[in-house]
Amino acid sequence: MCGFSGYFGSIRDGRALLETMTAAIAHRGPDEQGIFTAPEAGLGHVRLSIVGLGDGQQPMSDASGELTIAFNGEIFNYVELRDELRARGRRFRTSSDTEVILHLYDEMGEACVSLLNGDFAFAIWDARRRRMMLARDRMGVRPLFYTAHGGTFYLASEIKALLKVPGISAEIDPIALDQIFTLWAPIAPRTPFRNILELEPAHLMVVDERSVTTRPYWQLQYPDRDRPGGIDERTAAEELRALLTDATRIRMRADVPVGAYLSGGLDSSVVSALAAGMAPQGLRTFSVTFDSAEHDESAFQLEMAAALGTDHKAIACREGEIARVFPDVIRFTERPIIRTAPAPLYQLSGLVREAGLKVVLTGEGADEVFAGYDIFKEARVRRFCGRQPGSRIRPHLFRKLYPYLPGLKQQSAEYLAAFFGAGDERLDDPLFSHRPRFKGTAATKLFFSAELRAQLKDYDAAAELVGRLPLDFGRWHPLHQAQYLESRFLLPGYILSSQGDRMAMAHGIEGRFPFLDHRLVEFAATLPPEVKLRGLTEKHILREATKDLLPPAIGRRVKQPYRAPDSHSFSGPGALDYVRGAFSTEAIAAGGLFNAGAVAKLYEKCRSRPASGFRDNAAFVGILSTQLWLQTFTGTGIRKAEAA
Amino acid sequence: MTQTIKEKVKTFIIENFLFGDTSYDLADTASLIENDIVDSTGVLELVAFIEDQFGIAMADADIVPANLDSLARISAFIEAKAVPVTA
Repeated sequence: MCGFSGYFGSIRDGRALLETMTAAIAHRGPDEQGIFTAPEAGLGHVRLSIVGLGDGQQPMSDASGELTIAFNGEIFNYVELRDELRARGRRFRTSSDTEVILHLYDEMGEACVSLLNGDFAFAIWDARRRRMMLARDRMGVRPLFYTAHGGTFYLASEIKALLKVPGISAEIDPIALDQIFTLWAPIAPRTPFRNILELEPAHLMVVDERSVTTRPYWQLQYPDRDRPGGIDERTAAEELRALLTDATRIRMRADVPVGAYLSGGLDSSVVSALAAGMAPQGLRTFSVTFDSAEHDESAFQLEMAAALGTDHKAIACREGEIARVFPDVIRFTERPIIRTAPAPLYQLSGLVREAGLKVVLTGEGADEVFAGYDIFKEARVRRFCGRQPGSRIRPHLFRKLYPYLPGLKQQSAEYLAAFFGAGDERLDDPLFSHRPRFKGTAATKLFFSAELRAQLKDYDAAAELVGRLPLDFGRWHPLHQAQYLESRFLLPGYILSSQGDRMAMAHGIEGRFPFLDHRLVEFAATLPPEVKLRGLTEKHILREATKDLLPPAIGRRVKQPYRAPDSHSFSGPGALDYVRGAFSTEAIAAGGLFNAGAVAKLYEKCRSRPASGFRDNAAFVGILSTQLWLQTFTGTGIRKAEAA
Repeated sequence: MTQTIKEKVKTFIIENFLFGDTSYDLADTASLIENDIVDSTGVLELVAFIEDQFGIAMADADIVPANLDSLARISAFIEAKAVPVTA
């Protein structure tokens, strides 16, 4: 697990540039640094040593010296792939997974990615064909960004490295901002930085002197809704268990100890239980706790840690902590966000680092793969209400879905139906499941400045998303359509990036996700919807497959979404100067993206009444993070306010 | 009287939910929910405003879109229920 940067083209002092670029992402690889340059290309690498500690230095060249790779991530099936390569007469000089990729590329070219089971982003300089090949893992765990400037192609694990290239500077992309304030994340390959793109998950790219070609090598697919499921539940549970066990087993492969995040929910508990059984030396687990009862899960964390006998450590996300770390969080997310949830995970990876570990397993991905999120249930209830518009009974189900939202507790059936748009929607809308979320989030654009609105004109982020859906999307079951939207867009665009890789790698920690093993993802996609979401019980088949692993109280737990305190974190007597500065009229005017008068009223409302609703909270966090983004990457915004 | 109630409510909506955006064309009959002006928390803010400003105790049965989902409906509801807090 590491970071890398590179270029393809003719530049004057490639080595010096690569040293500067890799220094910008040194947090991703504190153990080693390496530089490779050829006349027309270069690669730089910072290494977090996990596999092949003594001989896995990068960039790594093959025996011929014609192929050179810079690689971030892990190939979990490298042992099996290496055995097969050896059987074909291939000789290995190192014990690393990196060399396996080089051999496979030498044999198969870019088609080699289809054999890799792992979380990876890499670039191979192919001197024979004078081309650079880039690839990214199927689900989008590891990042890879690129841009072109002055006839040279540049690439890096984080955008901050690209900003070290002379002539490349940060400028906000208004369309990306609209997408974040509607969909929660930009639609890849777009990033918030104008002219800087990311390689999409499950894509590869070949860059040569004449062209840049990009294509997918894998696609998330679901069966046609009319096709009967051909598997009984018991068999499905057994197969799921076998796949998940193997996915966890190969993710325990490392030359350093592997720990686990333990949230107290079903998914991380299952992963920790499987991992504990594979760690004869004992498993170390890590959690974050909150002061507020509505966010805290420490009782379940302690129960699970005790049941497994793990060496457990927790870090408290106390009042004011989110505000304290938030500027650092935005420096690492490199994008505005509308929720604060990454901040406690930033703290948590720091705890793991202090404990001396480099690798953690997590339960991330189970909610996408096995239909755990509330939004899946909400869509089902909305369809149920839509069958009998005007029902005074059916909308009460919405209250059951969101027991943790105080604003819903006291609402009448009529209001519940109205809030969720139940009863008067187009059931064939491809975004049916997510439409209330997108519509509710887009209400935050009320704060956009007149200038920004003029630039955006009639741009519709949700319509662009519809245009990105695969041709056979309309033939899938509604639950599978909703799962696709979560898995293909929000998972890589927010969960695995802003909450995942960027928060873990800020402290040099590698997260591994057994639920995102592509064999498990493909298997789960074939399962009938009712096996995943049974009535309003989420992840039914996962519960069945793992019930012997967990204490009953954990196994029966209804999903509690991972949330953190939002605008409330930034208010109160301890409000930090930078927050006041970011919301000041001068700073808002300097940034030019928001309406200063409206923002001032929002700031006062959130400070005086901490129990703000979703729209106000999302707007507060979105505006603050955008202002911090401007300050961090363009030098505008807050700094001017401080000078004022 | 009606005009006063409606103007008070309109001012509250513009200040509290539209954050002073007077350019927004808030029609009397426009749905506050469908136009994303109030969410579930916003309804409770609206209820608190009506109770505080107009001295009306709102029963659960009163808190329905038929009474509260537009400027015209809110005004009509308050007019029907209002008892002046002070003379």
